[in-house]
Amino acid sequence: MRIPILKLHDYLLVSIQVELDDQSAMEFQEDLLKKIHNSGATGVVIDLTSVEVIDSFIAKVLGDVVSMADLMGAKVVFTGVQPAVSMTLIELGIYLKEVPTALDLEQGLIKLRQELEEK
Amino acid sequence: MNETLSSVPIRKEWDIVGARQTGRNWAKDLGFGSVDQARIATAISELARNIYLYAKVGEINFERLDSVPSIGLKITARDQGPGIKEVSKVMKDGYSTSGGLGAGLPGVKRLMDEFDIESTDAGTVVTVIKWTRI
Ligand SMILES: Nc1ncnc2c1ncn2[C@@H]1O[C@H](COP(=O)(O)OP(=O)(O)O)[C@@H](O)[C@H]1O
Ligand SMILES: [Mg+2]
Repeated sequence: MRIPILKLHDYLLVSIQVELDDQSAMEFQEDLLKKIHNSGATGVVIDLTSVEVIDSFIAKVLGDVVSMADLMGAKVVFTGVQPAVSMTLIELGIYLKEVPTALDLEQGLIKLRQELEEK
Repeated sequence: MNETLSSVPIRKEWDIVGARQTGRNWAKDLGFGSVDQARIATAISELARNIYLYAKVGEINFERLDSVPSIGLKITARDQGPGIKEVSKVMKDGYSTSGGLGAGLPGVKRLMDEFDIESTDAGTVVTVIKWTRI
């Protein structure tokens, strides 16, 4: 199952609505990097509202997405991380420190614009 | 009193998702709140992935523990793989032989209330329990 990636001006928008298995997480990583490359997008918002489990593998994939996108000149913001998911991540021992987050898609877009203007 | 709820075989990658969904459903049934459901599902995901990656096949068992005043969900991850050579090393944060974040087993221990691991060259059994809050 591929995760749809939408383009809006210079940004890419992704809402993860499916249960992420390892395979689809890896495919998503690849698809997103290709799309950044092909579209020249400068920012990406990834909405995680529907994601109920982020384990160490998925956390690593998401963290890698941020670093890889950064190398390609695109800033990533995560939105909608559920409280239960963020608590679980910390207890698991995973700190996504470098990763900007925002409450929802709208706030995510605002944050992206701010981050990009600071450059 | 222990009651077996179900058992999920781990053979292919998708079974990791299947096991954590089954576990979350049992957690919901037993009355765990949403944060505990996430803790339980995440712990199962780590244990099931370890089976898939390091032992290839195994199974995850779910049991209900009736105690007073709370109810427990007991999860047993069992495989006949090569086992873990140095369990004490593995239980330290930051240890991984697979390039992972190394939060796996120590993380599982933090997410659950009880944790036990037994590993020999004939296989590994990890047993964890979460109790409902009263
Ligand atoms: N069921 C298992 N069978 C054999 N070895 C295992 C098993 N579970 C874990 N291990 C070993 O213990 C190490 C640590 O596991 P874990 O804490 O989950 O971190 P990670 O999976 O990221 O390496 C693994 O790298 C692996 O070598
Ligand atoms: Mg692991």
